[in-house]
Amino acid sequence: MSDSKEKEMKAQSDGFEQIREDLIRPLHHNTFGNQIYIRVLIFFILMGAIAYGHQLLDGLGLTAMRDYSSWGLYIASFVFWVAVSLIGSLISAILKLLNQNWSSPLSRISELIALGAIAMAAASIVIDMGRPDRVLNIPLHGRIQSPIIWDFLVVNTYLVISIILLYLPLIPDIAILRDRMTDVPKWQKKIYQVLSIGWQGTQEQWRLLKRAIWIMIILILPVAFSIHTVTSWLFATTSRTGWHSTIFGPYFVSGAFVAGSAAVVIAMYVFRKRHKLQDYLADKQFDMMNKLLVLTMLIYLYFNINEYLVPGYRWGRLDGAHIYELFLGHEAPLFWLTQILGLVLPIFLLLFKPMRKPLPSMVISIFVLLAAWTKRVLIVIPTQFHPQFPIQNVPESFMHYIPTWTEILITMATFAGALLIISLLVRIFPVVPIWEIAHEKGYHKIFKAEK
Amino acid sequence: MKKNKDNKSETRRNFLKNSALLGAGALASTAVLSSCSTDVESTGEKVKLLTATGELVEVDPSQIKKVRKEKLSELSERGREGLVGHHWTMVIDLSKCKNARKCMSACQGAHELLPHQHHINVLQMQDTPSTAPYYMPKPCFHCDNPPCTKVCPVNATFKRKDGIVLIDNERCIGCRFCIAACPYSARMFQWFEPDYTEEERNRIYDVELNVPQKKGTITKCLFSADRLRKGKLPYCVSACPNGVYWFGDKMEDSVTNGTSKETRKFSELIKENAGYTYFEDLGTKPQVYYLPPKQRTFDYEPVDKVMKEDHEGEESTHSNAKH
Repeated sequence: MSDSKEKEMKAQSDGFEQIREDLIRPLHHNTFGNQIYIRVLIFFILMGAIAYGHQLLDGLGLTAMRDYSSWGLYIASFVFWVAVSLIGSLISAILKLLNQNWSSPLSRISELIALGAIAMAAASIVIDMGRPDRVLNIPLHGRIQSPIIWDFLVVNTYLVISIILLYLPLIPDIAILRDRMTDVPKWQKKIYQVLSIGWQGTQEQWRLLKRAIWIMIILILPVAFSIHTVTSWLFATTSRTGWHSTIFGPYFVSGAFVAGSAAVVIAMYVFRKRHKLQDYLADKQFDMMNKLLVLTMLIYLYFNINEYLVPGYRWGRLDGAHIYELFLGHEAPLFWLTQILGLVLPIFLLLFKPMRKPLPSMVISIFVLLAAWTKRVLIVIPTQFHPQFPIQNVPESFMHYIPTWTEILITMATFAGALLIISLLVRIFPVVPIWEIAHEKGYHKIFKAEK
Repeated sequence: MKKNKDNKSETRRNFLKNSALLGAGALASTAVLSSCSTDVESTGEKVKLLTATGELVEVDPSQIKKVRKEKLSELSERGREGLVGHHWTMVIDLSKCKNARKCMSACQGAHELLPHQHHINVLQMQDTPSTAPYYMPKPCFHCDNPPCTKVCPVNATFKRKDGIVLIDNERCIGCRFCIAACPYSARMFQWFEPDYTEEERNRIYDVELNVPQKKGTITKCLFSADRLRKGKLPYCVSACPNGVYWFGDKMEDSVTNGTSKETRKFSELIKENAGYTYFEDLGTKPQVYYLPPKQRTFDYEPVDKVMKEDHEGEESTHSNAKH
């Protein structure tokens, strides 16, 4: 072997070791702050669980939902979580299929967010049920004509695919952890042992793995589009003003990519700081991710203009009442805050390069993500106060919707739940895929030699 | 040319006939074969059956396969089937309604509802600023193309053969999609546990009365399906002192007034009075018809459109109307 070749091997080996150590290091540190943070999340989940216990005993009447606004925060949250979960498919599938290599350090972050979000979407829908004890009626007596059954099928399919798509690219990394993380508790070692399913990095294993990932990437696309399109159809198939819109499918899907991209930017910032990953979640990643965010927001803005300008121009009996309520009436403050702070202003700001740096873009993304949630509240709730017949002979409380503590606590618990799923998983798995980065830097020769 | 064509169609007819015979033969032979293999002895008796294409055929009882049916209680089974051979309809004469609200209280009593739960709700309406206001009783419209049953994921709400849209509150999962889908705000939800004694709660559920009511499920107007089974008019129709309601059977083209007991031809009544249904453009085909509020000879007295909240808070308002 020639000298230069040996040198190159040495350089590659050092480079790979550097990556590996950088990405494994955070797993050794369980800081005091992190422990507190996990306990705070658990506290919120417990509070939500207690509130849910009350709701189970006394009924959904503990929420502000009533016969007219019969869907409230839970359904808004459900739509929000489904929306956020779509980011897994955008980054892991669409960008990968488009050969966007800059996004590979983000793939696991997006898959983790997708998993946490879709799990909470499933939870939200059960929380909203009047008879959760009869959830088995859905598979037992399911009628395929009902969009709820479509939703039930795609949410579960997407949940399974999300888990698989998170797990498959993890296998080589878990094998590395199995061999390297020798100073961890026994249960953790056991997890690595089991989940690495005998990964040795042979050529045959690589071939199978890459193929499996490829299949999942392609499979997840139609499911991801279906899940949010079907979710939009829960509204669009009714004959209610503000809901019966033919563009609800693409409107929801484009909004989903906005929400998910914002969530990824926030998560990138947190992990970059906490795990000191500035070499992997670099400014370039922030720059590109924020450009992607602007693109998705522009598409979403276009659908928003369609969705509000057309009925606003037509100004029919119910359209007019609904649009008036949003533009100038009771919902106007929330509507304009959502549209301006969460959509128009972020688009404008992110056009400037300094704004696409980590800190400013993270702050902007928080606004975008909050607006993504309030937007879904605005889509779900106000429409229901404009039925065809006037609302009469019911108590005052039926005529407006002010969330109660029960549903606020439960909704907050779903947020804590999603964060807890993500936080616990990044405690034991590297948040940036080790082997993908190594492959990208051309270290795969060394990598293969590693057993 | 014509002959040729005739010939052609003749041969085609022959071909169809032959192939039909062939098909029938094949069916018969497989039937024979299957009867051989299943070892069922022919009883010699014949049972008359109506096929899906409307033909009356005679078959041996051993050839009849039992259709797998859901296990349902007797009440549910007959409740889901309905009163076959009828198509119930209601006509509401808006020129007669004086807002007596006897329909509302009779209904709430029968179905054990809270004061704010209205299977039938008398609304105060005014179509334009220049026209006179009027009272409008609004039950469920029992649409022939119901948007609510379409969206139900578990077949808890369904349309019966006699046109009535019912709810099975032992099946309902409480997703409230039907509330979202109903354009007529006909449906309500049991947000709290109904105020029953243990004994009342454990009564056998009657799907045609939707009693006992259950927490976390839907409730709505049932056209008093239990009364119809007994050959009586619905609760609201009988309770009205002002002759507002006509109820009857479209198949007989007759409706009976609940107050005067006068019976008239449904089609005539609608035609003479320019009867209409609500939001026909939605394509729901409502089965509740309205006669316009014309030539009223009584005063319109507006009443409060909002109910007073109970002082002890809403939770305590669920004392039942029947008490």
